[in-house]
Amino acid sequence: MATTSSGSGSDFLSNLGKIYGFYTGGFLAFVILLAVLEQVGVPNKILGYFFVFFTLAVYAIIGILSRTAQVSEYYVAGRSVPAFYNGMATGADWMSAASFVGMAGTLFLLGYDGLAWVLGWTGGFVLVSILIGPYLRKFGAYTVPDFLAFRYGGNLARGLGVVVLVACSFTYVTAQIYGTGLIASRFLGMQFELAVFAGLVGILVCSMLGGMRAVTWTQVAQYIVLIIAYLTPIVILSTKNYGIPIPELTYGQAIADITAREQQMLATGLTTAATLKPHIQPFINYTPLNFFAIIMCMMVGTASLPHILMRYFTTPSVREARQSVGWSLLFIFLLYFSAPAYAAFSKLEVYTNIIGRDLSAIRPWLFSWGELGLIQICGKNAASIDAVIAACKAIADHPGVVRLQDFVINTDVIVLSTPEIAGLPYVISGLVAAGGLAAALSTADGLLLAIANALSHDVYYKMIDPTAPTARRLIVARVLLLIVAVVAAATAATKPGDILAMVGWAFSLAMAGNFPALVMGVWWKRATATGAICGIIAGFGLCLFYLVTTRYFPGAGVKYFGMTSLLNPATGAPLVDIAKVMALPNAMESFPTLAHPLANKVGWFNLTNIACGLLGAPLGFAVIYIVSKLGREPSAEMQAYVDDIRKPRGRTVLEEKTT
Amino acid sequence: MPNPTDLRAKEEAHWAKTSRLMFTHLAVWFFFGFVIHMFVKPLNNIIIPILGFPLGFYMAAQGSLIVFVVMLFMFAKQQDKIDREFGFAEED
Repeated sequence: MATTSSGSGSDFLSNLGKIYGFYTGGFLAFVILLAVLEQVGVPNKILGYFFVFFTLAVYAIIGILSRTAQVSEYYVAGRSVPAFYNGMATGADWMSAASFVGMAGTLFLLGYDGLAWVLGWTGGFVLVSILIGPYLRKFGAYTVPDFLAFRYGGNLARGLGVVVLVACSFTYVTAQIYGTGLIASRFLGMQFELAVFAGLVGILVCSMLGGMRAVTWTQVAQYIVLIIAYLTPIVILSTKNYGIPIPELTYGQAIADITAREQQMLATGLTTAATLKPHIQPFINYTPLNFFAIIMCMMVGTASLPHILMRYFTTPSVREARQSVGWSLLFIFLLYFSAPAYAAFSKLEVYTNIIGRDLSAIRPWLFSWGELGLIQICGKNAASIDAVIAACKAIADHPGVVRLQDFVINTDVIVLSTPEIAGLPYVISGLVAAGGLAAALSTADGLLLAIANALSHDVYYKMIDPTAPTARRLIVARVLLLIVAVVAAATAATKPGDILAMVGWAFSLAMAGNFPALVMGVWWKRATATGAICGIIAGFGLCLFYLVTTRYFPGAGVKYFGMTSLLNPATGAPLVDIAKVMALPNAMESFPTLAHPLANKVGWFNLTNIACGLLGAPLGFAVIYIVSKLGREPSAEMQAYVDDIRKPRGRTVLEEKTT
Repeated sequence: MPNPTDLRAKEEAHWAKTSRLMFTHLAVWFFFGFVIHMFVKPLNNIIIPILGFPLGFYMAAQGSLIVFVVMLFMFAKQQDKIDREFGFAEED
C-alpha cells in the first residue's frame, strides 16, 4: 500500500491505512446493523433516513476535524496527500451523480454508442498525467489561473482563466446539487427544494472550515461509500444469475442473451425494426463523427477541468502526482467498467420479464417507479396493474402484451431499481441511495472549492488586495464559498431544463478555454502572453458561440451563420426540414424551450453542440501558435522558469518567485 | 557543480527523452481511444470465447480502459526513470 508519505510525520498521515480501514469496517457493520433492523420490522423510510443522516454526519465530522487556519492547508491540503489516497479522493471528485446514477441508464438506452461516455470519461487521465498535471504540481500553483497568470504575464491571463473556470464549474456544480436534491427527495420523500438545501448543508460542512484539506479527507470517505454501494447490488445479482460474483465478466452472457432476445422480439412482432436499437450495434444513436467527437471532448475536457487538475496540487511530490493519476483512474475504472453490466442486466430483465409479458403478469418492482412517473407503459405512468391495463386498452389494436414501443423508462431508474430487480432487501436500496449521495456531494465539494478558490485567491488576493493578511484571506474564501454555494443551490432549485446537457458543455468549454494554453505553456517555451490570451479568447469564444447559438438562437444560426440541420444517425436524413421550420412564426425565437423545432438540432458539419470543444481547441492552438510566432520570444527568465517546471527536482517555481 | 553549458545539454537531453516518452504514450492513447473503435463492426464478428462478448463492444467497454490504467502506472515508472537518469528526480 502506498501509505508512505515523505516527510510529514503527523499521526494522522502515518495512520491513514488504519483510520480508513476502521472506517470501512464501521460502515459495513452499520449496513449489517440496518439489515438486522429491517428484519425486525423497522420501516423502510426510517432506514432511508438512517443511511442519509449517518453518512452525512460522518462527512461533517471529518470536515470539522480537518478545519485549518493555514493558507497552504486550505488551498492545497498542505501538499501532503499520499498518491493512493489522492487517487481515491480524485475518484470521488470525478464521479458525479451523473456517473453514479445516470451512466448505466445512458448505456441502457444507447447501447454501444453510450460507451463514448465511458471511454471519454476515463481516457482523459492519460492526458492529465503525460501533458499537464505533474508539471502544474512542480510549478506550485494554488489554482489553475495561478499558472496562467505566471506563465502569460499577469492579471489579464488570470482573469480569463477565472472566467473559463467559473463558466465550466458553475453549471457543473448546479447539476450536482440538483442530483443531491433528486436522490434525497426520491428516497426520503422530502420536498425537492428542501432536499436541495439539505444537500447544500451537507456540502458546506465538508468544505467550509477546512478547504482542500477537509474536502480531501471527506472525499476519500465518500469514495469508499460510493464504490461499495455501486458494486454490492450488481455483484449479488451476478452471483444469483450466473454463479460468479464478477459481473464485469458475466454480463457478456447477458449481452448474448439480449441479442438473441432482440431477434426473437422482432420475429414475434413485439417490436419493429424502426423502434428496436440493437444493444451492440454501433453508430445508430450518434454518427461516427459525433461518437468520436464526444470521446475527444470528454477526454481533453478531463485534462482541462480545474477541479480535477487541482487535486494533483496536493501530493507531496511530482513523482507521487504521476502515480496518483494512475490510482485515480484505477478507482474510477472500478465503477465505469461495471456500469455496462448494470445496463446489460437491466435490459435483459426488461426484455424478458416485461416486454412480451401479459399485462396482468408484469413484475411488481416497477410500480413504485411508475408512481413517480419514471416508468411509463402505453403512455401513462405505470403506477399499478390497473393503470397499465387501462392505459393499454385505450390504444387501438393493442395486443394485450407489453410491446417495446409501449415501454418508456427514465435513465435514473436503472441503477436505483437493480436491488429490487435482484429481489434484495430494502437496505441495499438505501445503500445505493447513500452511494449516489456521496457521489453528488463529493463532486459538488470539489467544484465549489475550485470556484471559491479562484474567486478568493485569484480575484480577491491577487487582483484586488495583494496585501491582505492571511486571516482575512481565509475569511473571504469562506464567505465566497458560502455565496457560490447558495447561488448554485438556488439555481438548482428552479430545475433548469438544460441541466444534464450542461455537464457535457462544461467539458467542451474547459477544453476550448484551458487546454491549448496549459499544454503550450509547458511544452512550447516560445508561447507568448499575447498569443495565449488571444488563443483563450478565440477558442473559448468560438466554443461558447457555437453552444449558445445552436441552443438559444438556432434561428439566427441558420439565417446568419450558415448552420444546417443535424442528421439522423440511423437514417442519415435531416432531423428537421429547415426550409419549412424557418417559415414558422417562432423560427427566430431567442432562448426557446427544448421543444423548439430547431433548438440543439442545427449546427456546422453535423457536429453536436456538446462537442463544441472540437471547434474551439484547434482554433486556440492555431491562434496561440501564430500570434506567438509574430511576437517577440518570451524572456530568457521565463524560459528558464519553464525549464524548471520540466524538472521534478528542486523547489516549486512559484515559491521561488514570491520569496 | 556542473557548468552552465553542461546543465543546458543535460536539460535538453532530458526533455528530448521526456518528449519521446510523451509521444509514445500519446500514440498508444490515440490508438486505444479512437483507432481501434473505428473497426468496431468487423471486431464485433469475433466473439471472445467463454465470456461471450463481441470483441468490438468489449474493447470500448473494458479493453481500452484496462490499457489506460496500465499505461498510467507504466508512464509514472518510465518518466521517473528518465528523471533519475539525468539527476532531475526528487529525493526519495
